[in-house]
Amino acid sequence: MIWDRKHETMSRSDLHALQLERLQAQAANVYDKVPFYRQRFMEHGLTSGSIRSLDDLARLPFTYKRDFRDNYPLGLAAVPRERIVRLHASSGTTGKPTIVAYTAGDIETWTEVMARTITSGGVTKNDVVHNAYGYGLFTGGLGFHYGAERIGATVIPVSGGVTKRQIMLIQDLGSTVLCCTPSYALYLAEAAAEMGVDLRESSLRVGIFGAEPWSERMRKEIEAKLGLKALDIYGLSEIIGPGVSVECEHQCGLHIFEDHFLTEIVDPATGTPLPAGQRGELVLTTLTKEALPVIRYRTGDITQINIEPCACGRTIARMAKPSGRTDDMLIVRGINVFPSQIETVLLQVEGVQPHYQIVVDRQHTLDDLEVWVEVSDTVFADEIRGLEALERKIRDELHNGLGIAARVKLVEPRSIQRSEGKAKRVVDRREVYSS
Amino acid sequence: MRVTQISVFLENRPGRLANLLQVLAQAKVNLRALSLADTADFGIARIIVADTAAAMEAIRRAGLTAATTEVLRVEVPDVPGGLENTIVVPLAEAGVNIEYLYAHSGRPSERAEVVLKVDRLEKAEQVLKDRLANGA
Repeated sequence: MIWDRKHETMSRSDLHALQLERLQAQAANVYDKVPFYRQRFMEHGLTSGSIRSLDDLARLPFTYKRDFRDNYPLGLAAVPRERIVRLHASSGTTGKPTIVAYTAGDIETWTEVMARTITSGGVTKNDVVHNAYGYGLFTGGLGFHYGAERIGATVIPVSGGVTKRQIMLIQDLGSTVLCCTPSYALYLAEAAAEMGVDLRESSLRVGIFGAEPWSERMRKEIEAKLGLKALDIYGLSEIIGPGVSVECEHQCGLHIFEDHFLTEIVDPATGTPLPAGQRGELVLTTLTKEALPVIRYRTGDITQINIEPCACGRTIARMAKPSGRTDDMLIVRGINVFPSQIETVLLQVEGVQPHYQIVVDRQHTLDDLEVWVEVSDTVFADEIRGLEALERKIRDELHNGLGIAARVKLVEPRSIQRSEGKAKRVVDRREVYSS
Repeated sequence: MRVTQISVFLENRPGRLANLLQVLAQAKVNLRALSLADTADFGIARIIVADTAAAMEAIRRAGLTAATTEVLRVEVPDVPGGLENTIVVPLAEAGVNIEYLYAHSGRPSERAEVVLKVDRLEKAEQVLKDRLANGA
């Protein structure tokens, strides 16, 4: 099913004309309103009128995650504070989060792309949407909420946690649509089984799962255990939140809402744009964002683009499920975690040496983040309780700084492998990407 | 009475204690007492040796994390109630808290020996010395 037939099925030439018009306006806008972009443009010999064709996009400078940090909290905003109606936040690469802003117009755009997203799963006003994405600073909860309300579905804003109550509500309220991270979907199935409940017998028929990478094998497992069709959704807060792309019922790639998000694939090493069909790093430009326009954002996600029309009728490009990252970012229970963030927190704890390792595993379907820290003479005393207090302190600091529950394990000095050059900080035992 | 104890941080997995003991054996350090405290992930091996300096050097060279602590080594009459009457009750009466206590390698005599860590070292030492002087 298609929510916005005009924008989702327009001819490629009409789409390109619309994109060019919007890109020209956006480039002029950021040049005028955002000192950061004006400076970058000038460094590249560009002005507000340098875009004459879509090919000129490649002349614009890239924007990186670190640019958000360097301009924290709202230095990249293109509108005055009084026009901003909402802020959300996601992880930064170090201590400070990435703050993203929305005008009323941005909320409208976001609501529309989420209405398209949810409709793509065949969801209508007759459905009951169990929304277990976290409500709050994370964009998942409210993004889905607004989109589901827009199409007139009944939304249950259950947010995360209290799993037994979630299972009861799914049964009692006759939920037909499940929105959450894929790992939480599996966890729900497992918890239900422990309660003697078989969710395959519930009314659930569609799941829209995202905020973390997941493999095709995991899709099959979710579909088998929950008795629903599992669709992948992609988005990131720097661009808008969820609602950048989504699968349709054919499950053959995620349709990108290209009238709002201009898409490129580049060689991650050189930044050179690659032709359609080649695998590389996804780069997105927001064509219509008002509060926080982003030019050529390097997402770090590896994928490829297919511009063939889909059997569902959409003409917009499809991206493959991301197959990896260009950097060392981890996504743990839907939360982005950079090893550098963990290091920042650890080094703030007195006496902790910068020798650590992050071990991610999927225990009982939910991700488990373990941080191994070497115990040096400076923190070691004769007492067990002193070491336990150290473990607790590190765990609390990680929770405060990253918003994530990590298990801290103290290990002997030199037990963490040393390597020349870049240390191997992360051991990821999960199979989150399809090979 | 006062002796230096070495505490060594060990991960709670097979082979770690063996590694420590090998390090000590190679340094020709003889163990007089050993106690292990453990949690799920890690443990602390507490040892008393004849040559503390040599043991510490060997441990450090092996890359292990260790610390030294002043503890008390006390003889106990090897009779029922000996530990209670000689050490535990007098210290409790003096308001000294025993944090942990373990047996020292006994000699074939009528007296056993224990090692104890207390919160107030000097006070405890005084209490126990007085006790001995009074012919306990």
